[in-house]
Amino acid sequence: MRRLTKLSAVAAVAALALAGCGSSDSGGSDGGSKPAASKDVCKDAKGSGPKIGLAYDVGGRGDQSFNDSAYVGLKKAVTEFDGSCVEGEATDGEPESAREDRLRNMADAGANAIVGVGFAYSDSVNAVAPDYPDVNFAIVDGFDPDTKPNDNVAYLTFAANEGSYLVGVAAAEKSKSGTIGFVGGVHNDLIKGFEAGYVAGAKAAKPSIKVEVSYIQESDLKGFGDPAGGKAAATGEFDKGADVVYHASGASGSGVFDAAVEAGDGKWAIGVDSDQYLTATAAQKPHILTSALKRVDVATYDFIKTVNAGKPATSYTTYDLKNDGVGYSTAGGFIDDIKSDIDGYKAKIVSGDIKVPTKP
Amino acid sequence: MRTFNLKAIGLSLVAPAIAIVVSLLVTTLVIAAVGSSPSDFWSTMFEVPKPRSRIDIINQTGMIYIAAVAAAIGFRMGLFNIGLEGQYTLASYAAAAFAGGAYLSGFANVAVTLLIAIAVGAAWSGIAGVLRTTRGVSEVISTIMLNSIAITLVGYLLNRYGVHEGNTVRTTKIDLVTGFSPYEDRDGQIWTLTIIAVLVGVGFWLLLNKTRFGFDLRASGQSDSVAKASGVNPTRMIITAMALSGGIAGLIWMPALFGKASSFGLGTSFQAGLGFLGIAVALLGRNRPLGMLFGAVLFAFLSVKSNDLTFATDVSPSIVQITQGVAVLAVVIAYEVVRRWRAQLEQRAVGQDLVTATEAPA
Repeated sequence: MRRLTKLSAVAAVAALALAGCGSSDSGGSDGGSKPAASKDVCKDAKGSGPKIGLAYDVGGRGDQSFNDSAYVGLKKAVTEFDGSCVEGEATDGEPESAREDRLRNMADAGANAIVGVGFAYSDSVNAVAPDYPDVNFAIVDGFDPDTKPNDNVAYLTFAANEGSYLVGVAAAEKSKSGTIGFVGGVHNDLIKGFEAGYVAGAKAAKPSIKVEVSYIQESDLKGFGDPAGGKAAATGEFDKGADVVYHASGASGSGVFDAAVEAGDGKWAIGVDSDQYLTATAAQKPHILTSALKRVDVATYDFIKTVNAGKPATSYTTYDLKNDGVGYSTAGGFIDDIKSDIDGYKAKIVSGDIKVPTKP
Repeated sequence: MRTFNLKAIGLSLVAPAIAIVVSLLVTTLVIAAVGSSPSDFWSTMFEVPKPRSRIDIINQTGMIYIAAVAAAIGFRMGLFNIGLEGQYTLASYAAAAFAGGAYLSGFANVAVTLLIAIAVGAAWSGIAGVLRTTRGVSEVISTIMLNSIAITLVGYLLNRYGVHEGNTVRTTKIDLVTGFSPYEDRDGQIWTLTIIAVLVGVGFWLLLNKTRFGFDLRASGQSDSVAKASGVNPTRMIITAMALSGGIAGLIWMPALFGKASSFGLGTSFQAGLGFLGIAVALLGRNRPLGMLFGAVLFAFLSVKSNDLTFATDVSPSIVQITQGVAVLAVVIAYEVVRRWRAQLEQRAVGQDLVTATEAPA
């Protein structure tokens, strides 16, 4: 009995500690600029402009992912409009009430623009917003969960399928083997949109292309913070003959890049959300073909700008190819030869000639 | 006699007291080591909670306590049910899906939903019990594997049969059971089904101390051979204890489902991680009904209050996981130390009695 107690104590402590380490984000994104912890804009900014509350998803700042991307937008806005800000961070396995409490704390602290990063804030913003009619809320990837519209909430959504379509074109045109791959972090609707666009783009560029699709986790959000799982999934696809693998798996993406490095010359990986060529290691850089961009920073900044101007954005705003809210990157110069092709597809999507599917 | 009782109570409080002091100390050291201010941290943590935080603490305490009792049933029997997480995830999904189907209405729907939660939790942990008794598979390994299977299975079922909305997927929404709101409406409600925690706690105490089954359970936990000698069927005990533990685990999230969430959504309304918290709290409370209540309050308090940290300090809310972890570790060590010290005291007392007893006739 006593041995059991000791064993289980160690296990319980390990579980708590590991829960603290696990990082996941529901945006399926990686890369971006990682701010140094000491350079915290919210600590020093005491301006008289807008007071901004930024509520991060699990993972928080420093995830090199879409939380960081939101921070980049926040920082730009705070500097430009001489504002101030407060931040809050979600912890893994927190209850719905914790998210609400975080938003209320920010509103009570005097914030007049509050951004929830990640769709997990949809319900909590919906519950909190009516109590604070003078505060403007925004949710990245969010939606209104009921039929009653909120006139002080902006839903910032991204046509991630369109950006994925373009990198799908790039993958198909660069593939020599005729097989390409996709690695998703978690098999949820958000990431399925990435997959759908990617496959559609690849098939448009080369109808005979074969696409290997795998997901790290069926539903467990830790699929966004599992580089080893990302590496295993990507390696499996390279083994099946794929020579270009696109990932939408958050922090797991670094494992996908490593898999491309180990697969050798002529094997490529495609980044997601930010230009991941810029944050990759020296060994990974020659293997990063391009990245599908999802400009959370632009969305965050734009929203704060509208609040500052006295005309706060409300309802749905979609960031797509038309307004450069999504796109692809060219750093590294690996796709310069096919850039005109990709831009041709881009023009057709913008004009509406091509409809990109959102479901695989 | 009276002084002896006081001494016993004092001794039983020594270990938890040491554990708490140690965990506070370690937390303080960690905060100081990373260059933040421990005094800011503690003044924020020990500030009187806001009304809405008080309600959150009560609601969270209820769920954590149910989880702790579920873990304690296993522990008392000498079984380590590390699969609470998978059991309550699967049970919560099944219950929410059934309730969302609206086959029944009102009270009947709530009651049958709870029974389904218990049944699914019990069935899932029962697998581990059967594997242990028929194939000798350690329940630690099998329940960890069942955790992974459960969350994958739930994700699959939810994707296939759930309601897709925005970027999320959930079960059909149900009508909430109105709770008790001691403050303003916006501060939230104490969930009605938190009463389950009270019932489970009382039931656990009665089961352990007033029933044959409870006696058998404790006997099996302390010594297999003694239990067998007194006529306990170990196979039946293991399966029953595992199923009971899993059945209680199935209830963990039910207060939240009917109090606030109204549907099951992974990464959104469903609160993961309560199973592991329950194991920690069971250890902290030494598997005693009152001890675990104290542990559950402490953990709920720390978790809820940690949300305030980002405003008043630059300490990450994750720091409370260190406090919680150290508290569990410290309490196990402290109990062992106190147990040895107590044994020594007893030996000395017996020794003295013997000396006086032998001297008396002379």
